[in-house]
Amino acid sequence: MERPLTKDIKPDGQPLSIEEYEHCGGYLALRKALENMTPEAVLDEVKASNLRGRGGAGFPTGQKWSFVPREDGQARPRYFISNSDEMEPGSFKDRLLMAGNPHQLIEGMIIGAYATRSERAYVFLRSQYGEPAKRLRKAIAEAYERGYLGKNILESHYSLKMILHVGAGRYICGEETALLNAIEGKRAIPRAKPPFPQVCGLWGKPAIVNNSETLANIPHIIKNGAQWYRNLSRCADGGTKIFGVSGRVKNPGAWELPMGITVRELLMEHAGGMREGYSFRAVIPGGASTEFLLEEHLDTQMDFDSLQKVGSRLGTGTMVVLDDKTCPVGMVLNLERFFSRESCGWCTPCREGLPWVVEMLKAIEQGQGRYEDIEILHEQTRLLTFGNTFCAHAPGAMEPLRSALNYFKEDFERHIKEGRCPYT
Amino acid sequence: MLSEEERKDVLAEIERFEDMRGACVEALKIVQRHRGFVSDEALRDIAPLLGMSVDELDGIATFYSFIFRKPVGRHMILVCDSVSCWVMGYEEILAHLKERLGIGFGETTGDGRFTLLPVSCIGSCHHAPALMVDGMLYGDLDIPKVDEILKSHT
Repeated sequence: MERPLTKDIKPDGQPLSIEEYEHCGGYLALRKALENMTPEAVLDEVKASNLRGRGGAGFPTGQKWSFVPREDGQARPRYFISNSDEMEPGSFKDRLLMAGNPHQLIEGMIIGAYATRSERAYVFLRSQYGEPAKRLRKAIAEAYERGYLGKNILESHYSLKMILHVGAGRYICGEETALLNAIEGKRAIPRAKPPFPQVCGLWGKPAIVNNSETLANIPHIIKNGAQWYRNLSRCADGGTKIFGVSGRVKNPGAWELPMGITVRELLMEHAGGMREGYSFRAVIPGGASTEFLLEEHLDTQMDFDSLQKVGSRLGTGTMVVLDDKTCPVGMVLNLERFFSRESCGWCTPCREGLPWVVEMLKAIEQGQGRYEDIEILHEQTRLLTFGNTFCAHAPGAMEPLRSALNYFKEDFERHIKEGRCPYT
Repeated sequence: MLSEEERKDVLAEIERFEDMRGACVEALKIVQRHRGFVSDEALRDIAPLLGMSVDELDGIATFYSFIFRKPVGRHMILVCDSVSCWVMGYEEILAHLKERLGIGFGETTGDGRFTLLPVSCIGSCHHAPALMVDGMLYGDLDIPKVDEILKSHT
């Protein structure tokens, strides 16, 4: 099985220097793109690869790039941005890639910037990733020294400036328009769309925002071709993906595996199944804002379309397992507390609604809930949705709650009936 | 008044970004690195360098979880309270920390040694429960490990 994203990462996780990266074939894809391919040809290759965004939404990457206006008009400069604000609870994939092989991301960004004819690139990194920040800073400096960044890259006519921006800690910065505000030095609240960032993004100029795992794929697609990339996968989406498992499993961790691997394979073969004394109850497959899956869903393929068919989402592809000795109400309360705290406060339903959801769940968990609360919670999952909120934050928060209310109905009711948490 | 060094560092950041106010988070972090937190006076000193009003800059400073507008301890303990760490029992770790330090979230020990804060998922879910002290990551925590960590930060 091929593992393009992680094959060169050292077992101890120490970063590859630029020499080591070059030795593994690094920056050959950039050379190929600049010397033999037009920006359109790069774009077409990425489109043909069926690469979909790894940040969670799964938008086709090539298609996103194609929304940048083609004609060379006034809309300059153009920006190419890596969303490296990994902060989705349960997710630890971008850290692994950035810390272990920072040049892979940088090369992906340069190629993406070339394809979209961008002149400036930003890495937007979260504040708690101090070690990746150090490594990226060093890697960017190395890339400048070797002529992979700066004026006339590899003696071509193409030039690119890259800047590392480290945040100061807010989940909402991962929302692409909030991220743009953050870079501009404004409060990182989301913007209304349209206009879409690809047309009017950073300082009013076109900007592409891609997740860092997405971008790490680009050098491999360009080097080996779209056909090769599609063949890595077991489904219609191209490539491999970093999947992760945490919770009470024998061997929690992250692995690069083909897109379309089943939940069961990931859980049993890679994470080693449940720890002694615990059995499987449910899983959120792709971070805090995805709906729970049960035992009956274990043979579902981990890809964007398959998980959607069973009412959940691939999200970040890093799952958190709920075992039989952990309270599902408590778990949902933890998730909603996170969303409530991280709400940016811009729109009323999210700012006011999420704390109420937390209060109700807290009351139920502490044995002070009422049966009506369950109905009110159901109602919130119908109200805090797209169309009523400004961005995807609150609707995302409702995903695990909605499925928990359906799948763990008896648990909710037992808390109310017994006036206590049955798990303590 | 900003020190000569702070001023120099802030101006260098402004140079690095293409727009003055784009450097505001870095500017706040520079002052915080030197003084531990960002005072009202510091805000008044930084804002004009960025072409921002003091209130605008305060709006940024208070938006972010890790720009501190109050003095903090010598060591910053950030306890991950997100879902994987919750499943793996971070609450027990937190209870122990609170007891040992005699403080809750958002508080600083009387001797100014530690400040305790929650942090959202720090991407170490396979080593949950996890926490950070002064930017260093510690995973697979248990009570003895936590005691060791406290001991090594004086």
